[in-house]
Amino acid sequence: MAADSAQLLGLVEEFVSGQVDGSAANVATGVKAGQFSILQLVEALGLSLTSSQTQTRGRGVQLLSQVLQECYSSLSESEVKDLVLFYENRLKDHYAITPHVLCGLTALAKCTVLPSGAAVSILKALFQDVHVQSLMLTERACVYNILISLMDSREEELKDLGPDFVFGFVQAVDGERDPRNLLLAFQIARNIIYRGYDLNQFTEELFEVTSCYFPIDFTPPPNDPHGITQQDLILALRAVLTGTARFAEFLLPLLIEKLDSDVQNAKVDSLQTLAACAPVYGHKELAEFLPGLWSSIRREVFQTASERVESAGLSALSAITSCLSRTVLTSDSGDALQTFLELVLQDCQHHLCEPDLKLVWPSAKLLQAACGASYRASLIVTAVVLPVLFEQYNSRTQCAHRRTLLEVLQGFIQSTVSSQPAEREENVLLPFQKSLSSMVFSALAESNANLQVTATKVLAALAQQPGLLEETDVEIAVDHLTRLVVEEDDAQVSLAVMDCAGSLARLHPAVFTSRMVPRLKDEIFTGDASSPAPGRSKAASRERCVHALAFISSQLSLVQESAPVLLQALAAAHKGSSSFSTEEAIWACLSLQRIAEHAQHTVEIGEFFHNVVIPRLLGLSLHAALESQKCSGHASPLTEETVLSAIVPVISTACAALQPEPAAHMAAQAISLFLDGDVSFLPENAYPNQIQLLQIQSDCCSQSQMVCLLMASVCSLSQQVEIPHIDRLLVQLEELIFTCTHPFSYTSAAKCFAGLINKRAAGQALDAVLEKTLKRINTTLDCESSAQRVQAFTLLIWVVKALLLRYHPLSVNLIDKLFCLLSDDQLGSQAADSFSLLMSNSPDVLNRSCHANVRIMYRQRFFNENSAKLVQGFNSAEQEKRSVFLKALSHIVNNLPRQVQLTELPALLPLLLEALSCPDEAVQLSTLSCLQPLLLEPPPALTAQLEALFTRLLALTTSPAMKVRISALRCIHALTHLPSHMVLPFRARVLRCLAKPLDDKKRLVRKEAVAARSEWFLLGNPGGR
Amino acid sequence: MSIMRSINDPEHPLSLEELNVVEQVRVKVNDEESTVSVEFTPTIPHCSMATLIGLSIKVKLLRSLPDRFKIDVHITPGTHASEEAVNKQLADKERVAAALENAHLLEVVNQCLSTRPV
Repeated sequence: MAADSAQLLGLVEEFVSGQVDGSAANVATGVKAGQFSILQLVEALGLSLTSSQTQTRGRGVQLLSQVLQECYSSLSESEVKDLVLFYENRLKDHYAITPHVLCGLTALAKCTVLPSGAAVSILKALFQDVHVQSLMLTERACVYNILISLMDSREEELKDLGPDFVFGFVQAVDGERDPRNLLLAFQIARNIIYRGYDLNQFTEELFEVTSCYFPIDFTPPPNDPHGITQQDLILALRAVLTGTARFAEFLLPLLIEKLDSDVQNAKVDSLQTLAACAPVYGHKELAEFLPGLWSSIRREVFQTASERVESAGLSALSAITSCLSRTVLTSDSGDALQTFLELVLQDCQHHLCEPDLKLVWPSAKLLQAACGASYRASLIVTAVVLPVLFEQYNSRTQCAHRRTLLEVLQGFIQSTVSSQPAEREENVLLPFQKSLSSMVFSALAESNANLQVTATKVLAALAQQPGLLEETDVEIAVDHLTRLVVEEDDAQVSLAVMDCAGSLARLHPAVFTSRMVPRLKDEIFTGDASSPAPGRSKAASRERCVHALAFISSQLSLVQESAPVLLQALAAAHKGSSSFSTEEAIWACLSLQRIAEHAQHTVEIGEFFHNVVIPRLLGLSLHAALESQKCSGHASPLTEETVLSAIVPVISTACAALQPEPAAHMAAQAISLFLDGDVSFLPENAYPNQIQLLQIQSDCCSQSQMVCLLMASVCSLSQQVEIPHIDRLLVQLEELIFTCTHPFSYTSAAKCFAGLINKRAAGQALDAVLEKTLKRINTTLDCESSAQRVQAFTLLIWVVKALLLRYHPLSVNLIDKLFCLLSDDQLGSQAADSFSLLMSNSPDVLNRSCHANVRIMYRQRFFNENSAKLVQGFNSAEQEKRSVFLKALSHIVNNLPRQVQLTELPALLPLLLEALSCPDEAVQLSTLSCLQPLLLEPPPALTAQLEALFTRLLALTTSPAMKVRISALRCIHALTHLPSHMVLPFRARVLRCLAKPLDDKKRLVRKEAVAARSEWFLLGNPGGR
Repeated sequence: MSIMRSINDPEHPLSLEELNVVEQVRVKVNDEESTVSVEFTPTIPHCSMATLIGLSIKVKLLRSLPDRFKIDVHITPGTHASEEAVNKQLADKERVAAALENAHLLEVVNQCLSTRPV
C-alpha cells in the first residue's frame, strides 16, 4: 500500500513538475487496475491543485482530467459528486485552466452514476462562468459534448431547467464557425426541438442562432481531413429548421428571401427546405405566406435554366399542396386548398391556351405537381385543366401542337396515379373518360408519326388505371393498334405500338384474342394475291405481324392463340405455300422464342410449349428432313441450318423453364425419338416406320443435323432431371461425330455430348465414358493422316469446355493436350481459336440459362493455371508458330474480367506487344481491343514499354483492315491520359504519323484520327491538359 | 467525303453549333481541288470575339484535315461590323502563324478546342 502511494506520488510529481505526459497514462492504468483510487490520486495531487502557480494547478487538473477520461465508467456516485463540485469551482479559476476543467467535465458528464442535481449544477456553472465562443475549437467541442451527453442521460432534469437551458445553449453557440462544432451544435438544437424542451420566449433566439447559417455555403478543405461535406451540414441544419411548426413565422420569410437571391445553391436549398417543412406544418402556419411562396416557386420554374431548381420547386409545390390537403375544412378559414389551387390555376391555366404554347411545359409541370399531391387536389386541378386541354386539342390543327398537348395530358394521367383514390372513391379521370379516349383515338388515326407514338403512350397510361377504358373502348383501341401494326412502316411508331399492345394485352387478353390475333393471322397468310397497297412491302408487314404476336403473348390465353399461328406459318413455310421465305421462318422462330421466355414466370405457358409447340416443331423438322431426302425440287426452309439454329433457342428456352415432371417426360420423349425412332408423341402420323436419326445416311445430312434439336431439348433441362438411356445416347453421339462429315451435324452432336457430360453426376459411369471417348479422340488425333481429325478435335474442345466449367480434374490433362495441339501443323490455328470458345459464353449450350454446371470464376482459374504454360510454349516455339500462341493468349486475355487483366498485365505486356506486330489481323484486333480499356487507366508496368508500344500502334494505323486502324487510333487516343511527362517525347512523332489517317478513305477512321490528333495537339500546350 | 462532321463541332464552351455560329449550309468542301471554305456567323455584329472564333475554327481545321487542303475561313457576308478586317486577318497565313506563337492566344484557342468535360 505504502509502495503504491509512493509510486503514485512519484508519477504525479513527474507529470506536474517534470512535464512528462506519459505518466498520465500510467496513472490511468493504475486506477483502472484498482491499484489506487481516484481519491488517492486527488490526495496525491493535493498540493499541485491548490498551488498558487497557475501552471502547476493547470498541470494538476490536466492529469486528473486525463485520468477521468480513461476511467469515468468505474467511478462511484459519491466520488462523482465530489469531483463535480470540485470542477464547478475550478471553472471560476484562471482561464488557462478552463480547457482541462472542461475536459474533465466531459468525462464526468458521461458517467452513468451522475447524482441527481449534478447535471443542472454543471450546466448552470457552465453557462455562468464560461464564455464559450472565446474558447478554442476543441474546448468548444467539449462544451457541446457535455450538453449532448447530459441531454442523453438526464433529459428530465434538463427539462426542469426550463427555457434557461435553451437560452444558455443559444448563448454558447452564438458565433460558432467551425463545421465540426456546427454539426454538434445542430445536433443539440435538433434534440431540443424533437425531445420537446421548453422553448418558450426563446423560440426566436434559437431560430436566429441557427438560421444565420442558412443557406450553407461550405467548401471542405482540399484534402478533406474531417470528412464533413456541405451536404452533411445542409441536412443537419435542415433537420433543425424544419423540426417545429413554431419556426414557421420566421423560416418562411427567410426562405422567400433566399429564393429571391441569385445563388443557385441557395435557391435549391430553400426549395428543398420548404418541401421538408411542409409535412410538419399545418395550414395555419403556411396560410399567411402562401401567395409569396407561390410567386417565388412560379418564378423559379418558369424562368430557371437549371433542372435542379426546377425539380426542387416542383417537389416543394407538391409538398405544400399535400400539406394543405391534410387540413380539415373549418367554417372560418374556408378551404385553404381550394384558395391556393385557384391561385395556381389562375397563373398557369392561360399558358395552356396561348397560341405558341411557349410556357406550356413549365405550367403543365407545376399543375401536375399540384395534381399529384393528393386526391382532393387532383380533383380540383383536373376539373379545370382537362376540359381546357380537350378544347385546345380540338381547336389546334398543327401536329406539333397537338402532340405537345397530348404529352401534357399524359403527364396528368400519370400524376393522378400517384394520388390514387381510396377504395371507395372513384377515379378522378372517370368524368373525362369519353373525351380522353376519343382524343387518343383521333390521335392514333392521324398520320403524323410523333403524334401516334405519343398517343400509344397515353393509351398505355390510361389502360394502367382500372375503369378508365370501357370494354368498347378497348376494342376500338385494339382495332387501331392492329391497323397500325399492319400498315405503319415507321420503325419508331411500330415499336411504340408493340409496346403499347404488349401492356394492354396483359390487362385485356380476351379482346386481343378475339380481335387482333385473327386479323394478324389473315395478314400473315393472305399471300401476295391480295395485292398490298403500293409502296408497302408485304414482307415488312408480315414481319411486324409476327413480332406483334410475340409482343402481345404474355398471358396463357393469348399464347394459346398466337403460338399456333406462328407454327402454322412455319408449316406453310415448310410446304412452300404462301411464299414464305427463309427469313420469315426465322422471324417466326424468334417470336416463338420471345414467347417461350414468358414460360419462366408462367408454368402453364411452359406446359403448353411442352405439349403442343415442341412436338409440332420436332414433327415439322422431321418431315422436312425426311422429304428432302426423297425428292429434290422444293427444298423446305426447315432443313436449312439458319432456321434450325433459330429453332434451337425456342426449344431450349422452353425446356429450361419446365417443371421437373414435364422435363423428365420431355427428355424421355426426345431420346426415344432420336434413339428408337419413336414418333408416337409427334402430331400427324405420316412417318415411315424405320427412322434412325443418329445413323448416318450415305450422302445426306438433313437427318443428322436434327441432332441440334436433340441438344436443345435435353441439354437445357435442369440438372436434377434424369436422362434415360444416357450411355447408349452418348455412344451413338460419339459414333455420329466420328463418322459424319457435315460440320453443322458433328458440331451440334459434340455440343450435345458436352452438354450431357457437363451435367452428369460425377462417378464411375462418367469416368468410364470419358475414358473411352478420350481414348478414341487421342488415337484419331495422333494419327496424322486420319480423315476424322477435325471431328475428333471438335469433340475434344467441347468436352474440355464441359469439364472445365465444372472443375473436373480431367480438364487439366485435356487442356495440356490442347496446348500440344497449338504446335500442330493442321490444327494449330483452330486450336488457338478454340481458346476463345473456351473462355466465352456459348449461346446455345453450357451456359447458366441452360442450367449447366458452371462454377464461378472459372475464367480466372483457367488463366492462373495456364498463362505460364502459354508463355513458356511461346518462348520455346519456332518462329513461324509463335503467332498461334499469341492468338490463343489474346483470346484468353480478352475474355478476362477487367480486374484480373489489370493485375496480370505486367507479366503479359511483352507478349501482347509481340502480338501487335504479329501479321494476323484477328490477333491484332483482339489485342488492341483488350489494350484500349487498359490504357485509359494505365498501369505503371506500361511506362517502360512506351517506345515499343508507340512504334507498333503507329504502324498499325496504316493496316489494311479498317477495324484494326480504328482500334489502333483509339489506343493512341487513350494514351493521352498518361502523365504528360511520359508521352510528351512522342508528341511530334505521333502528330506527324496521325496526319496520314486524317486522309483515310473510311469516314470512321478519319473520325477517330481527328479525335486522337486534336487531343495530342492539346498535350503539353498552354490551355490544354 | 463527309469531313463535314469534324468541322461542324469545333468544340467550344458553348458549342459553336449550338450557338448557330457554324452551320452545315455554310461549309463548302471540294475534295478534288482540296479546298475547304467555312463561313461563320458571329452572334452579334459587334462581337469582339469574332477573330478568336475564326482563329479557333481555322486551327481546328488545320489539325483535323490532311495537309493537302487549303482552308479558308471567313465571316458570313453582312453579319459583322468589321468583317473585312477580320477576314483579312484570318486569310493571312503569317498572321495566323504569328498568333499561334503567342502563348497566351494559343492557350485561349486550346481552351476553346478542348473537349468539354462531361
